[in-house]
Amino acid sequence: MLTGNLLWVLIGAILLGVAAGLNGTFAFLQKQSLVGDAAAHAALPGIALAYLVFQQKDLPLLMLGAAITSALAVYMIQWIVGNSKLKADAAIGFVLSVFFGIGIVLITIVNQSGSGNQSGLNDFIFGKAATMAKSDLVWLSSSALLIILMCLLFFKEWKLMIFDPVFAKGIGLPVERLRVLLTALTVLTIVTGIQAVGVILMAAMLIIPAAAARFWSNHLGIILVTSALFGALSGALGTIISSFRTGLSTGPIIVLCAASLFLISYFFAPTRGFISKSLKKKTFKQRNVAKEATNHE
Amino acid sequence: MDALQVKKLSVAYEEKVVLKNVNLTIPVGHLTGIIGPNGAGKSTLIKAILNQLPNKTGTVHILERPLNPKDHTVGYVPQRNAVDWDFPTNALDVVLMGRYGHIGMIKKPSTKDKQIALNCLKDVGMEAYADRSIGQLSGGQQQRVFLARALAQEAEVYFMDEPFVGVDAATERTIIAILKDLKAKGKSVFVVHHDLQTASDYFDWMILLNQTITASGPTEQTFTEDNLQEAYGGKLFFMDQTKSNKSFN
Amino acid sequence: MNEFWVLLTGSLVGITCGLTGVFLILRKTAMIADAISHTVLFGIVVAFMITQSLSGFWMLLGAAIAGLLTTFLVQVLQSGGLQEDAAIGVVFTSLFALGVLFITLFAGNVHLDVEHVLMGEIAFVPWDTWDILGFSMPKAVWMLLFVLLLNVLFLVFFYKEIKLSTFDPVFALSIGLPILAMHYSYMTLVSLTTVAAFDSVGAVLVVAMLIGPAATAYLMSKSVSGMIIWSMTFGVTAAITGYYLAKLWNTSIAGMMAAMIGALFMIVFLFKPHDGWTWKLFKRMKLKDTNVHV
Repeated sequence: MLTGNLLWVLIGAILLGVAAGLNGTFAFLQKQSLVGDAAAHAALPGIALAYLVFQQKDLPLLMLGAAITSALAVYMIQWIVGNSKLKADAAIGFVLSVFFGIGIVLITIVNQSGSGNQSGLNDFIFGKAATMAKSDLVWLSSSALLIILMCLLFFKEWKLMIFDPVFAKGIGLPVERLRVLLTALTVLTIVTGIQAVGVILMAAMLIIPAAAARFWSNHLGIILVTSALFGALSGALGTIISSFRTGLSTGPIIVLCAASLFLISYFFAPTRGFISKSLKKKTFKQRNVAKEATNHE
Repeated sequence: MDALQVKKLSVAYEEKVVLKNVNLTIPVGHLTGIIGPNGAGKSTLIKAILNQLPNKTGTVHILERPLNPKDHTVGYVPQRNAVDWDFPTNALDVVLMGRYGHIGMIKKPSTKDKQIALNCLKDVGMEAYADRSIGQLSGGQQQRVFLARALAQEAEVYFMDEPFVGVDAATERTIIAILKDLKAKGKSVFVVHHDLQTASDYFDWMILLNQTITASGPTEQTFTEDNLQEAYGGKLFFMDQTKSNKSFN
Repeated sequence: MNEFWVLLTGSLVGITCGLTGVFLILRKTAMIADAISHTVLFGIVVAFMITQSLSGFWMLLGAAIAGLLTTFLVQVLQSGGLQEDAAIGVVFTSLFALGVLFITLFAGNVHLDVEHVLMGEIAFVPWDTWDILGFSMPKAVWMLLFVLLLNVLFLVFFYKEIKLSTFDPVFALSIGLPILAMHYSYMTLVSLTTVAAFDSVGAVLVVAMLIGPAATAYLMSKSVSGMIIWSMTFGVTAAITGYYLAKLWNTSIAGMMAAMIGALFMIVFLFKPHDGWTWKLFKRMKLKDTNVHV
């Protein structure tokens, strides 16, 4: 049943899930989850521009274009927030929608310029994991491996930088450069994933596994591992489920698998889940009532 | 007539008790200081009295009735940290917000409301800044505007949460003069305050608080070293500043 | 005549979204609007699955419910201990994915394709008309007028309440304003605005129209009423200039309108006298100069 290409897709989806799970956790802790969303939407004009300039759809070239506009979007959000009274949410929403709008303008131009729909740029909006070519999957996998490696290398530096930047600076860490590196890696994660799951749902790969993992532990190491595991599981399950029936896009199914894992975590996680918290509150209340009763005697 | 009557008030967040079995009875016409160390639950007490906390138990009566915003009996100066200072509005407009409770939903402020707002702004000495954006004012000026907003509520009982934090000396004098004026008019004022040096000059009634009430009554009876020691535990060293440096270590 | 209807639709989108967007910016809920614009897809698909019709009324109802559901779920996750940005991200991507899945499973043969939802087809607006009270106007125009009316009524009745509960919610609560009810009513309006607009211009342009003109107006104005006027002006300007540029370059009208919103914002952000970016840069350089001379 596992034909050669499906096996490659499966490997790619799992690696992408791990990479997004790790990287997304850092973005989550920086409270920058939605910046990832904006960066993903902003990849669209870059892809179209790269195609207009080079007139070919080699994945590395399109990824380069995507990376440039994504990074530009992240930089622009910071620039707007730093130089005006606008708050982060407004800046993110503004940059996201305007970049996406420009992307649609450019893609319409590409589609009308003869080579037409063969460019397949529309696939980048929703992703097409199941039908990716093997060479593209090799690109995806090696890029995902690089992201995983970097996250392991800079684990403790990023941890300290996010938790207490003042102290991190105090002990001589290059905080600004670390921050830029982390942003660059987030952009890389996004451009790695967009062909598979699309620009709109790529944000989900970054946000949902990390948010779900947060319910399981207060320990960053465990959160990272759990998030990576959830990412891998969603990638694998999504790929397998969508291969059962033709016409199902892989991206939405992967996201729905991640959402199911999130729901399970939200309710049943032992440390911070809803049920365990409500139980704790209840026993606390009962204890209080008992105490009050004895106090009044 | 009692301005404030609190019975068996308790507040807890998740597993942490913030206020425990608070009981208070305070007659009208006093300028009351709510005093206590950091984390004693001073702000929580005010929020609980004003019915802003879901997880409280106990009863509160203001002017011998349960709190009802429609009575317009209560004026409020919240802490300023929840306010968005970039909000596009000017000083007079902020003061006019104090009239919203009286105006009622849907209806527009009348010229009379605007006149009241302008007068309140004058009372705090800020009429020259009526058109100034709220974010362009200094901390002290912002606090005067917020006091003017509370005055515009034309209430009987006022609650103020740390009104002297981050303000200049002149503003502090203006505010305290206005508070004393309110008291002279028979209003009741409750002020969360943390500066023990000035407390006995400002207030004629004191509530000493540390999770529960350690003392409440006229200042000369409550503001004693023993009571303060009880409220502040071992952390009290202001009374004898020169020697206290040693015990501080 | 067709051009007139397209321009009118675009301008109405600009006015309605510009009006609604002001309080999105002031209440710091811009990203909830982004989330809602994605989840109305889910609401419309579910409404279609239940009623098997694509009539405007059911679409509006489905979208309004989806918008409320989004607002509610974000609030639930937040009170469950999840930070706001992640709560928004989880809710809207999940519901959007569910919407896309439902379309492929249950509504594949209907004219409800996802690209249409994302990008809209404002050029087709004039052909889909409704006759009400003897007037024949495009459906999109009717829906936008209706939602604009709701928005205006809401602001006429509750202007000072929404203003106060936005500026200082703690104080608003103390004088007895129902701030939670106001939040949900306002978010319902945002959902209705979104669905009325996105049928013609698509989900993404709706976000641009809701956030962009209001954000630009926020930089321009020192009062809420001034902000509302600027915001609507920017919205209409972007719609009209966007339309003609799209025609000139033969490209997506909705996309071009979004691009024009970006351009208007950048002009104000960079060149507004006194606090524009270049203005500040210039002042800083001048300051340096005088320092050198001293």
